[in-house]
Amino acid sequence: MPIRQKIFALIVCVGVVIFIIDMVRRRRLREEYSVLWLTTSVIMFVLVVKYDWLETITKYIGAGLPTTTLFIGSIVFLMLISVQFSIKISKLTNQVKDLVQDNTLLRSELMNRSRSDRGGTPGSEEDEVA
Amino acid sequence: MKIIVIIPAYNEGSRIAEVVSNVHRTVPDYDILVVNDGSHDSTASSAATAGATVLSHPFNMGYGVAIQTGYKFAYAKGYDFLAQIDGDGQHDPAYIQRLLEPVISGKTDLTIGSRFLEAGSYEPSLVRRIGMAFFRKVVSLIIGTRITDSTSGYQAFNRDVIRFFTTEVFPCDYPDADMLITLHRAGFRMMEVPVRMYSNVEGKSMHGGIMPFYYIFKMLLSIFVTLLRKRKM
Repeated sequence: MPIRQKIFALIVCVGVVIFIIDMVRRRRLREEYSVLWLTTSVIMFVLVVKYDWLETITKYIGAGLPTTTLFIGSIVFLMLISVQFSIKISKLTNQVKDLVQDNTLLRSELMNRSRSDRGGTPGSEEDEVA
Repeated sequence: MKIIVIIPAYNEGSRIAEVVSNVHRTVPDYDILVVNDGSHDSTASSAATAGATVLSHPFNMGYGVAIQTGYKFAYAKGYDFLAQIDGDGQHDPAYIQRLLEPVISGKTDLTIGSRFLEAGSYEPSLVRRIGMAFFRKVVSLIIGTRITDSTSGYQAFNRDVIRFFTTEVFPCDYPDADMLITLHRAGFRMMEVPVRMYSNVEGKSMHGGIMPFYYIFKMLLSIFVTLLRKRKM
């Protein structure tokens, strides 16, 4: 691996690690989402430093060049990140749904109670909500 | 014996009062609940004026979420039986009692109103008919009972099914063919009852645009993973 390429790759890896850790420090990124970023950066760093390991993996997976292996690795990483986000979004969607339903039922209950307290007839919430 | 009729509605301000009045005229002893799914028009106030209890989502969440909010309300309030009918006037309320009778008598846990068993119902478009025919074959094959209208939202069921539908097993994204399979695998009995359905005069449909393609994809995937899941009661 040419020395310039090696230095550039190491700078990128170190830069990503510093950036992610700083984001976690400033509470703009939760620890759970930093795991994949940090793990991938460390793996990339090790493979660039231990170039013979990268060559062994390249031979093992049948890639043409060690840089191709790194490229494939980055695509796999991006896919994993996307899947992680999709899973999280699905969970959040379900949580939003449950919250909306609970909010709707509780608001109805609240309206009925306040109407009963005022001596009205419990029933529709709409004259107060609409 | 407490019975409730649930009507999910989204921007049905022009028709919901008539639907509620028709239901009330047909089954005056039953409670009527309209779940207003974040409508931007007068749906909520019109339904309330017509005599329904109204629950309003703060924003639009879709048909499945709206109907499940109704199930959660019915379960929390201790209702024994539930009938559901669309808020766009497509379902003839005259059949609510017929849908409920087999459920109340204990003959079945859930009844599905089938437009294909009753003369006088509208004819869906050719593409929809092909889709419906495909999914009814799939559902009938899997559950071992002939189902002619697996996409019908005109249904009635007992408290056990209400409880089941309040859990995470209920597919809020187009609950129909996959839901019937889930019910069957959970041990619930179901049967069809002939009903009359009219075409949607305003032509609004949740199956417009590219949604039919998504519907087919979602339904096939959902049926497949439903079969992979462990049976749950």
